Amino acid sequence: MFKRGDPKKTMNKRTSKNYLFVLPALLLFTVFSIYPFIKIFQLSVYQWDGIMPTMKFVGFFNFRDIIFHNPIWWRSVGQAGYITLIALTFQNALALVLALICDRGIRCANSYRVIFFIPPVLSGIVVGLIWNWIYNGNYGLLNYWLTQLSKWNHLSYLSNLKRAWLADPKTALNSVAVINMWKGFGWGFLILLAGLQSIPRQLYEAARVDGANAWQSFWKITVPLMVPTFGIVSILTILGAMQIYDIIASTTNGGPAYHTEVPITRILAAMQGNLQFGYACAMGLIFGAILLSASLIQIKLSRKLNPIAG
Amino acid sequence: MNKRLFLSIAIILFTATACSPKMRGVQQRQIVIWHWMTDRQDAFKELASRYKKEKGINVKFELYAPSNAYRQKVMAAAQTNTLPDIYGILGEKKFFASFVKSGYVADLSEAMKANDGEWKNRFFSKALKVNEFCKDNEFGIKPGIYGVPLDVMNIQMVYNKDIFKKAGLDPEKPPQTWKEFIAAIKQIKRKTGIAGFVSGWGEIWMIDCLANNYAFNIMGEEKIIATIKGEVPYTDPDWIKVLSLFKEMSEKNVLAEGIVAMVNKSAEQMFANQMVAFAFNGSWCVNVYQGMNPTLNYGVMLPPKVSSRNPMIIWGGAGSSFVVQNKSPQKEKAIEFLNWLTKKKQQTFLCRETNNLPANKRSLIDIPIILRQFADNMDNTTHPNIWPVSEYSLVTETLNKGIQSIIIGEKTVLEVAEEVQRVKEREMRKNNK
Repeated sequence: MFKRGDPKKTMNKRTSKNYLFVLPALLLFTVFSIYPFIKIFQLSVYQWDGIMPTMKFVGFFNFRDIIFHNPIWWRSVGQAGYITLIALTFQNALALVLALICDRGIRCANSYRVIFFIPPVLSGIVVGLIWNWIYNGNYGLLNYWLTQLSKWNHLSYLSNLKRAWLADPKTALNSVAVINMWKGFGWGFLILLAGLQSIPRQLYEAARVDGANAWQSFWKITVPLMVPTFGIVSILTILGAMQIYDIIASTTNGGPAYHTEVPITRILAAMQGNLQFGYACAMGLIFGAILLSASLIQIKLSRKLNPIAG
Repeated sequence: MNKRLFLSIAIILFTATACSPKMRGVQQRQIVIWHWMTDRQDAFKELASRYKKEKGINVKFELYAPSNAYRQKVMAAAQTNTLPDIYGILGEKKFFASFVKSGYVADLSEAMKANDGEWKNRFFSKALKVNEFCKDNEFGIKPGIYGVPLDVMNIQMVYNKDIFKKAGLDPEKPPQTWKEFIAAIKQIKRKTGIAGFVSGWGEIWMIDCLANNYAFNIMGEEKIIATIKGEVPYTDPDWIKVLSLFKEMSEKNVLAEGIVAMVNKSAEQMFANQMVAFAFNGSWCVNVYQGMNPTLNYGVMLPPKVSSRNPMIIWGGAGSSFVVQNKSPQKEKAIEFLNWLTKKKQQTFLCRETNNLPANKRSLIDIPIILRQFADNMDNTTHPNIWPVSEYSLVTETLNKGIQSIIIGEKTVLEVAEEVQRVKEREMRKNNK
């Protein structure tokens, strides 16, 4: 029996009230995240064309087939990995350099921030179409400039580089990686700039008083304190680049041959082209596991390198 | 508190009214049609308003584009049982068959056969075949007609007559044989510097289409069907011959730069801008070229023959078709509307407005010359959707991607043929399990 003003009763009332506030979010999360996940797992063990009311149970056959008998799938994972590697290194290095420049209080820094953030806010399809024109082998901007530059005697070799950049197996994947890099560096730039601005200025002043040069300040102050930010940027880069789709869809569509296929294009091909919903769901789960593993490794690595956490 | 109570009651009353049978009845008097044809929406709307005037029935055309988004919407609607009264099914025959098997498509055979087959006889036979399931079909579906063709199409070659003149070729005599074709391109390149041939081979189904044309010409239908059945391997000399044509085109610089990554829209742009002499494209291109370059002077030709043993058979048939939702409460009205839509007057209007070949044979009288040229070869058409057996999607993909590899010089003809055969055997084993 509870008395009026009983602390236990008040506590229970408060707890249930809190649950009530959480309930809408929990419901949405259950409906839009947990249920689809369970459904995907359920579908992955069936053979289903996406329309018929009946499905055929195949157990883990889809998983076995993808893992052991689908070299194109693993090639697509490798190609997405390559695009990710380019993004992790060149894209983030570029973002860091630009963030460092803007952090130095240069003139018109705010304008640069806006300009650098234009590519990420553009639709991937639009970006793809713009670059399609740049890379076009017949009337593309890149080939036009190569022709113009090669008119100078000492740059005449540049005319040999002219090609249909997206149709040539030697350049297709790199060309797509460059588009992804161009579209993605703005995110890294913003996060890295925020990270740089959170470093207390006194640390740099103290280092300068102690006789440290700019390079030493960068290595001894900036880099260690930026490790958590690098970690976040890396995870976002991995997740973003591995799931690249819109750029591929609007430029090469996975071609020529299989040279720019990535996991999402394969999942869609299985689902829409071959009407193998169960197989596509199994691909999705395997891909999810790959992304999760990559993110966990990255988090562990960041923790290990982070002097504050360490 | 009173305010809250009032608001709650208002919401409940509003919801109840909206869901009442009376409201549903209002919606039911309207026939809802889903489609993906952006270029036809205005013409459809006009036809809907004409139908309302004539019969007093509301028809609403709802556009969902692009086509892959439309396809996903239809699939989702099938799973949730919310398909509209009339809709189109985009995809291979097995996709269509799944809809029929699941009971989402009405059998129109009786309606088509009524009045001595008046409705059925309006159409090109090839256009109806795509919507038909024959006796003993591989899907086990009750034989009958399940869809209504709206227009027909076929895929052929087009050539630029002005470029022909510049190169000293007779614009009224396009090449008839493969040798003449290669020689014409060489002459065009030599005299004008203009590229030879373009097509949207970044979309692999277009490669499949030309490869099939030549497979028909080189080995004939029987052998192709035998290949699909698994009785003839893809490493057969005739298939090697088909694949070798792509190697020859690549080696002799017949193809436009970057063709393997080119979507058809870009290929159409190149041809419309007179940057290339030949293109492989469907009859829909008449409307596209009209929009891109109204003064373009071009002609239509069958792909040049390699062999004289078999005729050159091209892909064609129904361009777009509509089906009636079997569970629709307005099934009869929907069928009646489709009957009206495919009558001569409506079909002529659609043809004039959209430059597509009408499915109704009697509407062909007043069509532009260039469309007439496409229409002249309707009897030489085929399509995988009307073949008695269908190839595994993965095999088709491997073949088409393999042809891309041949064009870019990455794989030899034999390597591709062996790879396709390996995939074929694997798929057969998998599906026999």
